Amino acid sequence: MTDLRTRRADDVAGLGRWRAGAFVAPALAVIGLFLVFPAVWTLYLGLTNYRLTGLAAAEPEFVGLDNYASALGDPDFWRSLWLTLIFVLLSGVLGQTMLGFSIAWALRRAPRSVRTVVETLVLAAWVVPASVASFLWLALLDRRGGSLNAMLGTEGAAWLIDHPMASIIVFNVWVGTAFSMLLFSSALAAVPPSQLESARMVGAGGWAQLRDVVLPNIRGHLLTNTLLITLWTFNTFTPYLLTAGGPRGESEILAVYIYTTAIPGGQLGMGAAISLIMLAINLVIALGYLRVARAAAGGQR
Amino acid sequence: MSPRDVDPRTLRVHRVPAPVRHFLSRVLLVVGLGLVVVFFAVPMLWLVTAPFDADPSLRVSWPDWTLANFATIAENRYALGALGNSILLGAGTMALVLTLGSLAAYALSRVRIPGRDGLLYALLLLSSIVTGTAAMVPTFQLITQIGLIDTHVGVILVIAGGVLPTVIFILKDFMDSIPKSYEESARLYGASPLQILWHVVVPTARPGLAFVAVWAVVQVWGNFLVPFLLLRSPDLQPAAVLMYTFYTEGGQPNLRLLSAFALVFSVPVIVMYFLVNRRFGFRFHGGIKS
Repeated sequence: MTDLRTRRADDVAGLGRWRAGAFVAPALAVIGLFLVFPAVWTLYLGLTNYRLTGLAAAEPEFVGLDNYASALGDPDFWRSLWLTLIFVLLSGVLGQTMLGFSIAWALRRAPRSVRTVVETLVLAAWVVPASVASFLWLALLDRRGGSLNAMLGTEGAAWLIDHPMASIIVFNVWVGTAFSMLLFSSALAAVPPSQLESARMVGAGGWAQLRDVVLPNIRGHLLTNTLLITLWTFNTFTPYLLTAGGPRGESEILAVYIYTTAIPGGQLGMGAAISLIMLAINLVIALGYLRVARAAAGGQR
Repeated sequence: MSPRDVDPRTLRVHRVPAPVRHFLSRVLLVVGLGLVVVFFAVPMLWLVTAPFDADPSLRVSWPDWTLANFATIAENRYALGALGNSILLGAGTMALVLTLGSLAAYALSRVRIPGRDGLLYALLLLSSIVTGTAAMVPTFQLITQIGLIDTHVGVILVIAGGVLPTVIFILKDFMDSIPKSYEESARLYGASPLQILWHVVVPTARPGLAFVAVWAVVQVWGNFLVPFLLLRSPDLQPAAVLMYTFYTEGGQPNLRLLSAFALVFSVPVIVMYFLVNRRFGFRFHGGIKS
């Protein structure tokens, strides 16, 4: 009996290698075809002059690194990259992280009812589908009928046209703060009370407690949060629903730039080249995240 | 210590009496939380008032209560169809992902395949890098080439490919925790691997399967980019994309329709989110939305 059990320990269901392979294969096929293959094909597409219509659509030619050269020589590309950087930095790294942390910190010892109200509101903004969220903001910021102009008494101010970047940044803070809030409130709950207690005993004020006890304790969460938020903010397409990249490309972050170049603009090869640049940046962020996650897991043990 | 040795900066802090400092920080806290509530509530108020207003405007106002706006959904040529399309895409993706995901997760959990963990992590990493946005051009090209452009199958396959690595990862975690003795005894009575999977593993892993099912539906329900890229015909569009066309085409938005439609479209995900959150709390990438 014992003998049988040890022999079968790693295959209790009697699947066998072949049948196990057959179980895994369909999932791998879908992943391979619709996730891995597009990524690999970007490499090839980016080297061609593929277009949606016209001669280059029928017979695409291999153009080598021309797409990359023209992308890197195009001021529109650099502007888009710069706008993306500002967008990620202000709405993700600063906005969502700091607001999420502040809310979590403020709610730590708040009455239960206050906590429920605030958390539900922040979560609702996160859960509502992106198309609905963006329409709510279109209504809020509308030039003539919007609530914001009514509240501020700035009748006729066209926020989306005059301040497109500020609009999508604030919008993205509204949509995404819930994740940081949830992450930090569970992180703050795990800070050892004894450490806070002894800090208070030696007379540390709120600010000193935060700096010397809380922040060192949640450093891993802070890094995790920052990297995930960066990845998500960098890849979000939702601002397109608010400004469509306009006016005159003033809010054309990279995701929107790829879309307008490739689909309405018809330059698939060029779009693929920029996609590859985006994939490379994603890879760097994700590898950074893995490193941090591994270091955190090692540190806990 | 003579008074002269004291750092003037700390001196200034200590000169503010503790009760005053305490009071000031309370005031700051209340004002701050008040601003947070206003910031998050004001845009949201429109969604809960306008659908019930007999004559909704873009501005948030106390509604002139009516339920008539919900009737406009049935009057619109595409609105009900779009909600149907969202359900179809959600159910299709869920079915595909659950079937393929649980088969793969089960095999990976029970059989020692060389390089298994490496494979899983590589796939998970890949799915966070190859997002809908970064891979939109090759995905569009691929779906066009294999003739699935403007079909629901194309949308389902692309979304399934993106979420499957996470699904397998979560399900494998659940299945790892199922005691192997259950299967051993089933096998002793002569059950085949598929029978064991269906009668023993699936019922035991039900919480995991439920979580993954809801998670997959939420991913599809709110997805704008993939159907926006891959579907052209208006009668195939899901609600997420149709809402956008309500606004941009035809100049003035039809607010009675839009507000009612937005609410009907949002309620299912809100309900699902709070149900799952109550059951599972803040796990797996911070709950249901990633």
